[in-house]
Order: sequence, then C-alpha cells, then structure tokens
Amino acid sequence: MISIQNLYKTYGKQEVLSGVNLEVKAGEFVALVGLSGSGKSLLLRHIVRLVKPDSGTVLVDGRDVNQMPHKELEALRSRVGYVFQNGALFDSETVYDNVAFPLREKTRMSETEIRKRVMTELDLVGLTEAVDKFPAQLSGGMLKRAALARTLVRAPEIILFDEPTTGLDPMVVNSILNLFDSAHRRLNLTGILVSHEIPEIFGIVQKVAMLHEGKIVAEETPETLRTSPAPIIDQFVNGNIEGPIRLR
Amino acid sequence: MIARFSQLGRWFIGQLSSLGECTFFLVESVAVCFAPPIKWNRVIKQIWFIGWKSMPVICLTGAFTGMVLALQGYHSLRQLGSEAFLGPLVALSLLRELGPVLAALMVTGRAGSSITAQLGIMRINDQIDALELMGLNPVRYLVVPNLIALVVAMPLLSAVFNVVAIFGGYLLGVRVQGLNAGVYFGEMHNYVVFQDVLNSTYKAACFGLLIAWVCCYKGFKSRFGAEGVSTATTQAVVNASVLILVLDYLLSALIIK
Repeated sequence: MISIQNLYKTYGKQEVLSGVNLEVKAGEFVALVGLSGSGKSLLLRHIVRLVKPDSGTVLVDGRDVNQMPHKELEALRSRVGYVFQNGALFDSETVYDNVAFPLREKTRMSETEIRKRVMTELDLVGLTEAVDKFPAQLSGGMLKRAALARTLVRAPEIILFDEPTTGLDPMVVNSILNLFDSAHRRLNLTGILVSHEIPEIFGIVQKVAMLHEGKIVAEETPETLRTSPAPIIDQFVNGNIEGPIRLR
Repeated sequence: MIARFSQLGRWFIGQLSSLGECTFFLVESVAVCFAPPIKWNRVIKQIWFIGWKSMPVICLTGAFTGMVLALQGYHSLRQLGSEAFLGPLVALSLLRELGPVLAALMVTGRAGSSITAQLGIMRINDQIDALELMGLNPVRYLVVPNLIALVVAMPLLSAVFNVVAIFGGYLLGVRVQGLNAGVYFGEMHNYVVFQDVLNSTYKAACFGLLIAWVCCYKGFKSRFGAEGVSTATTQAVVNASVLILVLDYLLSALIIK
C-alpha cells in the first residue's frame, strides 16, 4: 500500500534521509523507531507530501505522491489521518468543534449526524466530559486523545502517528497505545507509528522499522527485533549507552 | 573573488525566489476571494477584531493628530494672516495623506502584528499542516477572511480617523485659539471636494490589502519556534509600515497625475 523507495532529503549540508526504503502492506501497522533527530517525522511527512524529497519516490497504492496533481493529492490526503506530535488542535475551537471541524467542512452531514459521530468518537477516547474545553485547558494525554478522535472521525484508511505518546506518563502511554490498537483492529487501518516507547509498542504493531543515519537498518517483526544480535539494534532496543551508536 | 560573486548570486536568487513566492501568495489569496465558498462567519469575526477593536486607538490617535495639525497650522497661517484656511489645511492634509496612512500604521501595529503572531503559532504547531491534511485550503480559512476584513475595515477606520481628527482640529482651532466655527467648516466646504474623500477611501482599501498580504505571508512562513514567530511579527510590522509609506507615495503620484 505504501512503498518508499530510495528516498533522499538534505537540509543545508546535512543529509537527513540517505536512501530510505520501506514497504507497508494494506492493513499492516508498522512502528518506525530511531534516535531523536534521525528523520522519522520527516519521513512521515513525505508520505502526504508535506515535504518533497530531493530524490526517490513515495508510492501510495502504486501512485507517486510527488507526481500527483492537486486534486488527486487532496483525495489521498482525505484518506489519510495524521496525528501530529503536539496534537495540532485548533486553539480557538473547543474539543467538540475541533472533532466536528472536518465533518462540517468536508461532508454534507447534518448537525445532528455530526453530533452523533463526534460524541461516539469522543466516547471511544474517553473525552465526553471535555467537549466544551479548549485545547489550552487539556492535559497532554487528553490533547493526544482529542487529536486521535479528530483523526478517526473522518474514518481514514491510512493513519500516521507522529510520536503521539512522547512526554506522557506510562499509564497514559499505555491507554493511548490501546486506543491505537483498538482503532487499528476496528477500522482495519494501515498505519505507521513513530515512537520511542520501546517495548510498549511491540505489542500492537506487526513490524518495526529502525531508521539510523538516514537509512532503514532493520525491518523486522517485534519478536525478531527484540532478540536481534545486531549490535546497533541490540543497543537501541535495550537502551545501552555503550555500543556502536554514538549519542549526538 | 569567484566565491564572493557566487555568494552574491545565491543571495540574489534567494531574494528573487522570495519575491516570487510572496507575489504568488498574493495572487492565490486574491483568486480564492473570487472562488466561493467564502467563510463569512470568519470574515465577520475578523471585521469585528480588526475594525471594531481598533476603534479606541484610531480615535485617540486621530484626535491628537487633528489637534497637533491645527496647532502647527494655526501658528503658521497666522504669520501669513490666513488663519481662515485652517479648516481646509486640516481636512485636506488628513483626507489626502495623514488619515489613511496613520490609520493604516495603527492597524498594522495593533491587528497586523496579531494576525502574523496567530498564523505563525498555527504554523509552528502544525495547525496549518493539519488543515492541509484534511484536504482544505489554509488560504481560504486563514488568509481570505483577514484580507476581506482588512479591505472592508480599513476605509471605515480611515474615515473615522479623519472625522475624529477634523473634530480635534476644531477643538484646538475654534475652542482654544478662538477661530470662528463657521469659518473653520465653511472654508473646508469650499476647498474639499468629494474626490478627496473617494481617494482617501481607495488609498485605505489598498493599505488594507497590503497589510493583509504582508502580515499573513509572514505568519504563514514563520519557522523555528517562538523566536521564529517573534522575528516574523517584527518583520511583518516593519515591512508593512515601510511599504505603506512607499505605496502612499505611488498612489499620491498617480492621483495627482
């Protein structure tokens, strides 16, 4: 479904992505891991053409995202849900209005139908009590759950999570990962999850890809990765200070 | 030497590219204004924010501008024995130049900076990207309402500025300096023509478009966290203010021709 081939991206003199290759099959949930600043979020942004590569291709259903005309790109984007690291909720709107926003703007649904859909999604993420709150009044965990509700209300086919659990306490991390897992099963989503939550994410994904020095150095099942003898993977998965990876 | 030329060339190409990007942003924004749907609720909200909430500062600066014009004008005209022309002096200075220009500068400082900061924060918090990923055009939601609101509100604010300033001039010239009220307004009536009022309105509308263009563009292109937003806001206010004065000269030259 998603195929990234030989992707290169340079900022100034720094080559962030140096020939990335990654395949994600339909219905597959893949975790993308790697050091901070290794280009994981940047790679995710290429899939929806928020960033254009220097070279290489990003194919979604066999179509090159970077060659798509505007209308086709818009159609692709409406099939993709993207949960940003900071939620990216609209500050001036309440939680309810944030979740209702894509339905009001992109569908012809009546306000009654919208209310029903929004309340169902908010119930699933446990935010029915916070409908009238503004993003600034929410905790970190609530913010991420509201962002997930806004993404899922559009019933996307592909979902991209950009570090949705960073900076949250372990209980909230697990609750959010459970929400992702149940959404993935319920909607049969294809997804990529950028995360540092190892080993928590291993239980909900089918494959883990590790991005290191601009390349995918491992693309394995969680079980294989966990027991991998490769020094780079072993050091990263177990969080060892000593090893071939040098902290920047 | 070659390295210097190469550096200069890169700088020049960079500037040219920025100018092109900036022009394309204006063209796209204006084009979207003529391609419905327009988000009228957002337009009304912005007219309220830009127009109504700028009224106190417009009235205050207008009153003092009129008073200082009358003060300086009265003493200069008295040396020539022409105090009777204080009314036309105040009114024509305001309608032809000071009213639209000063009102635009005030709106740039009060509302333009706020627009840039708001869009800049939306940019760095990925809210603009989120709009794009919903398949929506951010220009339609964030730029067009500001553009329409500024083009509508600026002539009204400029008119309020002119009226308050003429009244300020009246207070100083008539109430303080003792000029006859009939002379102040009567001579004004003889010298000010309706075309002056129209030109003032056109100028103000052009300034509204300019403020929307510069401030929205700078907000949209904000980068690198809080410092980036702060830099964009400063640049927006400085660039818009300078461009208002340049555009004022060009429009005046065009009108006088």
